Parts: sequence; structure tokens; C-alpha cells
Amino acid sequence: MTDISVPVVPTVASKRGVFVQLMRRPTSGVAIIILLVLVSFAVFAPWIAPFDPSRASVGPRLGGPDATHLFGTDLHGRDVFSRVVWGARYSLPVGLATLLLGLVAGGALGVALGYIGGRFDAVGARVVDVLLGFPAIVMAILVVSVLGVGLVKVVIAVAIADIPKFARVIRGATIVAKQNLFVESAVAMGARSSRVMFLHVLPTIMPTVILLGTLNLGGAILSTATLSFLGLGTQPPTPEWGTMLNDGRDYIRYAPWMMIAPGLALFLAIISVNLIGDRLSEIMDPRSRGRE
Amino acid sequence: MTREGAAFEAGCVEAAPLLDVEGLSVRFGVTEAVSKIDLTLSPGQTLAIVGESGSGKSVTALAIMGLTPFADGHIAEGAIRFRTRDEGVIDLATLPEPKLRRIRGSEIAMIFQEPMTALNPVFTIADQITETILEHQGGSAREARAEALRLLKKVRLPDAEAMLDRYPHQLSGGMRQRVVIAMALSCRPRLLIADEPTTALDVTVQAQIMALLAELKEETGAAIIFITHDMGLVAETADDVVVLYEGKKVEEGRIDRLFATPSHPYTRMLLDAVPRLGEFNDTALPYRQPVTIMERGVARQVGETQVQDTVDRAAPLLVADKLTARFAVKHNVIGRATHLVHAAEGVSFAIHPGETLALVGESGSGKSTIGRAIQQLVRPTSGEISFDGQAYGAMTDSTRRALKRDVHSIFQDPLASLNPRRTVGDSIAEPIRIHGLLQGDAAILDRVQGLMAEVGLVPDHHNLYPHQFSGGQRQRICIARALAAEARLIVADEAVSALDVSIQAQIVQLLMRLQAEQGLSYLFISHDMAVVEKMAHRVAVMYLGQIVEIGPRQAVIGAPRHPYTQRLLASVPVPDPARRTTRSSDASEVPSAMRRVGDPPVQVQLVEVAPDHFVAGA
Repeated sequence: MTDISVPVVPTVASKRGVFVQLMRRPTSGVAIIILLVLVSFAVFAPWIAPFDPSRASVGPRLGGPDATHLFGTDLHGRDVFSRVVWGARYSLPVGLATLLLGLVAGGALGVALGYIGGRFDAVGARVVDVLLGFPAIVMAILVVSVLGVGLVKVVIAVAIADIPKFARVIRGATIVAKQNLFVESAVAMGARSSRVMFLHVLPTIMPTVILLGTLNLGGAILSTATLSFLGLGTQPPTPEWGTMLNDGRDYIRYAPWMMIAPGLALFLAIISVNLIGDRLSEIMDPRSRGRE
Repeated sequence: MTREGAAFEAGCVEAAPLLDVEGLSVRFGVTEAVSKIDLTLSPGQTLAIVGESGSGKSVTALAIMGLTPFADGHIAEGAIRFRTRDEGVIDLATLPEPKLRRIRGSEIAMIFQEPMTALNPVFTIADQITETILEHQGGSAREARAEALRLLKKVRLPDAEAMLDRYPHQLSGGMRQRVVIAMALSCRPRLLIADEPTTALDVTVQAQIMALLAELKEETGAAIIFITHDMGLVAETADDVVVLYEGKKVEEGRIDRLFATPSHPYTRMLLDAVPRLGEFNDTALPYRQPVTIMERGVARQVGETQVQDTVDRAAPLLVADKLTARFAVKHNVIGRATHLVHAAEGVSFAIHPGETLALVGESGSGKSTIGRAIQQLVRPTSGEISFDGQAYGAMTDSTRRALKRDVHSIFQDPLASLNPRRTVGDSIAEPIRIHGLLQGDAAILDRVQGLMAEVGLVPDHHNLYPHQFSGGQRQRICIARALAAEARLIVADEAVSALDVSIQAQIVQLLMRLQAEQGLSYLFISHDMAVVEKMAHRVAVMYLGQIVEIGPRQAVIGAPRHPYTQRLLASVPVPDPARRTTRSSDASEVPSAMRRVGDPPVQVQLVEVAPDHFVAGA
């Protein structure tokens, strides 16, 4: 029985996909195109790269950029452009895997600390604070020195080093989310803790998690590249961007392209991921939908 | 000022208005918030701008203050002619910002709704007041401080000397609003704009502030533009009224004429919707009446007159027995509590099936704590609550969880109590899913749509999000959720307080209809006596964590015995300009419920003064 019908407040509820919304902004649109190019490098490396990345003497040693070798050649006469293209196969997935590992572990810890609270939180949060005191990269080097050198070990090391950072932020977001009246009304309705956590708290902190993830994806790519640069990750002749930067270090005055090319690839990957992350966190919030 | 005096003055200064707004339109992007509004205001006059949320009343005030650019809007057309002290008439609509800034504060001052946000938390009261004095009048810091003290005394702030060096958070809401008024007066403005100055305050404090404003107007001769949605306050203070509806002026006139013979249907609806204290007190039982609603500018009546004879006196549904809740608020160095807030002290009452018990009191009286204890959100320090004859303390965990289905809360802010990331359909279905009341998505959706129709929503809107609904509709969603749980007792904590009066009337009617149809019981927590009188079968008045008076509605509201109840009732504005009473502005503060450990308050003893009517102390 309807005694009163009231018109709904007209709002432009956008049903457009996230991708379309990302493309509509110049900044995130350009970032997506750059990222797509880098991802296609990784996927279609054998077809895009003009030369075999590990084959020596495809050109002159330390040759400058020209029509055949877009980014020049390195000490062994390998084509730098081909190595950058193949490098996307290593740097991007490694960064992503590191991030996901750290985010899931740190996130689980953070939500648990924030939601359960009490003494568990008091002790846990202090431990996290102490761990935050160590610079992440030093922590990662420490972990690698225990686990040993290698790509998989670098992934684990950087992920572990990132856990305190993620846990700390997500714990804070969880505590704020917990104070929402709708969380309290769910509790008042008799919802179990797991339901409240997954249905009410987690979706509420999702923008924070996604923002944290995308902002740190750049960092994760950088950290893994850094460890490779320090010689702890992938070993030459693997065309990983960090390793390539290390290779080029001695020749920066004679053959700067050896460092500029992988450095540029790293820079573009990180900045485009960050720009997409910013926009994504705006779109994720339903209250800002339709607002341009 | 007497009524005749105001009329006389308004009549003879007509030639030289203080403020003359002509054809004012304000736009925010493409939407026109205010269109072609005309207003005139004479010196010393009080003009009330009345309307509901979204009517453009606050935007009009912002435009006069020249503050629209700060809210991302702009004045599209029109003139705001203001007669300044020494520069003659100027148009504020076209005045450049530096000149506007000089007018603001020295000629026109504004009092905002939320006094806390108008004060800077990191500065003392003296700092904030002297800043404006020094800015506009110059002089030495010592002189400014003396002037600040004089102003605080003028707004009747008790212990003004000590107040100067306090910070805003150390003051109560009413005291903060007095400080804001003192700041507004610091430069002797000729026009004072008060935008809902008492909406965030308790009724007794509201009465104090309104009385203060009236006295200050007498003393300073400033004109006041009073923006409000409360027709009762309008009736008590204004000389002239302008009614806004959807950004347009629909009616204006002298206050007595407008209240006696409103011509526009919207004004009539607004006046109809205002709960009048005493209006429903002629019967022992509450009754519901048709409400007038506006649809696309046309008014129509819905609902029927029905006596709310729903109470089943046989056995109580819920009994609270000597309920006590205390919270530690201050601790010493080693973490031991030194001060406790006594939110509830030995509170006892019963609610029968189909009954509405109103719990009335002001902020800090502990009424919400009791609601939360019944909802199992706080654990009482001592005392017992039993539902259907079963004590909470004796229940197993699973019974206690199942009980959360029978007792459901509706809060003051419906938007905050709905998860913004879930569709309203999902929110309504939540108790069904939690308690496994129905199986299968199709069956649940069917039930949700049925419930939405039941509470007056369009069933097809189940996949919209809460922010796409208006305030009243969101409260309907929350009610639908309570119905989905098949709740038997609904704890409505200030559930209609934040709504516009017309919407409030509709929601109250809906709650009453549902009570009659489904035998629901309500614990109706409110500070608004007029609404309580309309809905409740019995009323309990709370003061500092204790019930000081409890009894049938007719007895408590019609023949209150306790001084606090009497004061509460006297504070309710009367929406009738003919019955305007002069209130004296006292500045008494409700004492705090915080006490030292080991110094519990004295438990008041209730005495039966009439059948079923109990009063403290006597």
C-alpha cells in the first residue's frame, strides 16, 4: 500500500565502465595508453623487439641511437631497444607480484589489528611501528641476505619490507571505517564479525587499498629494480630494467643511452601507474560518480 | 518592542530601507538555487526567511554577505542595495571583494548554525573576539580585551572574565553560540544575519538564545534576517516573513497576517505540518491525522484520522530494571579512572506491545545510552533488561544474537546508517540475510520490493544508492529495513529530528500507521516535545541520567509536575504570533553528568502522583 509517492532526487548515475571513465581524463587517459604500450611490450616482446636481446654484436659496441638501433647498443653490441622491450617482461610482473604479496599480507594484518582492536592492536601496532623505523630498502636487503640472491627472493624480500607500511595505513582506515554508523547498525542487526568485515568494512576501505596499491606499484617496480641494480636480483644478461641500469653505470659518460632508455621505461611505468591510481580512487567512490 | 511599535516603525521608514534586494538570482553551475527574489528590510526590523532544505534560504543569506563565490556560485542577476553608515546606498552584488570585506563584520555580521565550526579551536575566546575588534576598529590590545569582556557580558555569558581565556571546546554548545553572537556584535553591525542559529542546540538553550537575540535587537537597534525552517521560532520573533519554495519567493507578509490567512498552498502546508504543543492533548490516546503534501506545486491530503489504540496491556514486551551505565572519561597517570560519566542511573521502565514510549531529554541526559543498551551496543554497568520476560543476562549468545532481530534501531542520520556502497535493496535485505529469514535471491527481492511499497517508496528503485534519495526517503529505507527484520521493538533515536517539518509529519504518520497495522512498539527518543505529544502513549523525561517524570502522555504534557519537565515544555516555541510571550533570557547551564569516582549522584525516588504518573522527589 502506497500512501505517499515522492520523486527520487535526480542524479546522473553513471553506468559507464571504469575504463571509459579513466580514458575521459587527459592525464589518466595518457597514462593508460603509456601503460598499455609497456604491457604490450611485455606480452608481444618477441614480435616487437627487432633483435634478440641477449645476442651480442648485432651492432657496433656502445653505438649511439640511429635508425636500426633506436636506443643505441651496449658494451657487447646488444640492441638496447630490444632489451628494454624484453625488460618489460621481467620488471612489470615482478613489481606487480611484489605489490600483491605485500598488500594482501599487510592488508590482512591491518584489517585484523584495526577491527579486533584492544590489546591485540596495542601490541601489534607498536611492533609495526618499530618495523616502520627501518628503511624498507634496507629491510629488503636484509631479507635477501638471509634468503639468498634471485628474482623470486627479491619479490619476497620487497613484499616483506612493505608489510608494515601497508598494515599501518590499512589499520588506520579500518578504525575510521569501523566508526561508521552503518557498521554499528549492522552489528546492532546481529551480523557476525566476518560479515561486517567483508561486507561493510572492506568495501569502505577499498579506495584506500586501491590507492595504496597503485601508488605503491610504482614503488614496488622501483624497489625490485633497485635490488637488481644492486646486483641482488636478476643476473646479467637478463634484460631487466634495474640490471640494465647497473650495466650502463660505468659508461654513463660515453653511452648515456644505456641508462636513459631503461630509466625512461621505469619512469613512464611508475608515473602512469600513479596517475591511474589517483583517478581510480576517485571513481571508486559512488558518491563522486557523475561528478567530473 | 511592542507589536504596534514595530508596525509603526516599519510604516514610517518604508522610504529608506536598510536593505533592498531586487530580482536576485544565484546560480551554481547550471542550476539556479535562487531565482528573482525581492526583499526589503527596514532598520530595526526582523525579517524571517522560511523554507525547507533546498529552498534557497541559506543561499540568499550568502549572497547578501557576498560569500557566494566561496561556495562555487555566482550572482547571475539582480541588485542587493545596502544603505551603509557613511557611503550611502551601495550595491553589494557588484562590489569588489576588498570593499565587501570591509562591509562584512562592520556593517553586516552573520551567525552560523554550528557554533563550533565558526570558532577556531586553537585560539582562546579572547583571541577570536579581539581579532575582529582590532581589524575593524583598531586601538590597543588592552582596549580590545576590555571591549571583548564587555561583549561577553552583553551576551549574558556567566563568568565572562574566566571565559576569555578558555578554548572553544571547553564551552557548551549554548555558550559557544553566545560567543559567536558576541563576535558578530563586536563591530556594531546594522544588519545581523542569523542562519538557523539554534538548530544545533537543545530546546531550553534555544529559548535562551532566542530571548538573547530579541534583547540585543532592542539594545542595538540592528535589523535581523532570521533564516529558519521552524515556524514556531518565526512566530515568536519575526515582524515580517518571506516564504521560499524551490528558490522562489511564494509568499511574504506581516507575521500576523501570514499566520492567520496564508494564501499560498505551500505556506498552508508548512503551517499545517508544524507540530503544535497541546494540539493533540485533548485525548488520552494519540491519534494520527491526514498530512498535506506538495507534489509539483499542488497540495493534497493523504492518510486518515485514526485513534492509535494499539497498546496491549497484558504483559510488557521490554522491561528495564534499575539500568545503570557509567563510562570512564578521565584517567590518572597509571590508567585508573578518576571521573565517570553517569549516563544512566537506575533507570526503570516498561514498554508494552503496540506502545510508544517517548524518552525525552536534552543532550547528555543519557537517553541515547539507554537506547544503545537495549540494542546491546553498550553493556550496562548494572541493572537488567528483559525482553518478553527473558533477562538479557540470562540469555545464551545465540539467543542474544537472535534478539537483535526483534529489536531494531533507526538513527537520526539515515544517510550515515546506510552503507553508501551498497544498493538500498541490499541494505533493506540485510537483516533477512543475517538471520536467514528467506531463502533465494528472488524471494528476497520480492520481499524487499514489497517493503519499499509499504513504506511509500518506488519498488523499482531498489538498485539505487542511498545518496540518490532525499533525507525523508532515506529514513523510509531505514524503516523498511526494520520491517524486513520483522522487528517487534523499534528504537527510534531522534529519528525525525533532522527532517524538514513536512517530511517529519509524513514519517511520523508512517510510523503510526505501521504501529496500528503490525502492533510495533517504539522507544521514541527525542528532544522535541511537540512530536512526542503527537506519537507517544507514555512519556518519560530524563535529566542527568535519571528519569524524573514518567506517565501517560496527557498527564506528563498536560499536567507536568517536575520543574525540569515544565521548563522543557515552556521552551517549545509556540507557532502562533498572537500568543507571543516575552521570555527572560536566563543563562543557566545544565550541570554535567561527569562526576568523580566514589561520588555517585543521589538516586531520585519516584512518587506516584496520579494513576501511573510518577514524579521524582515530590
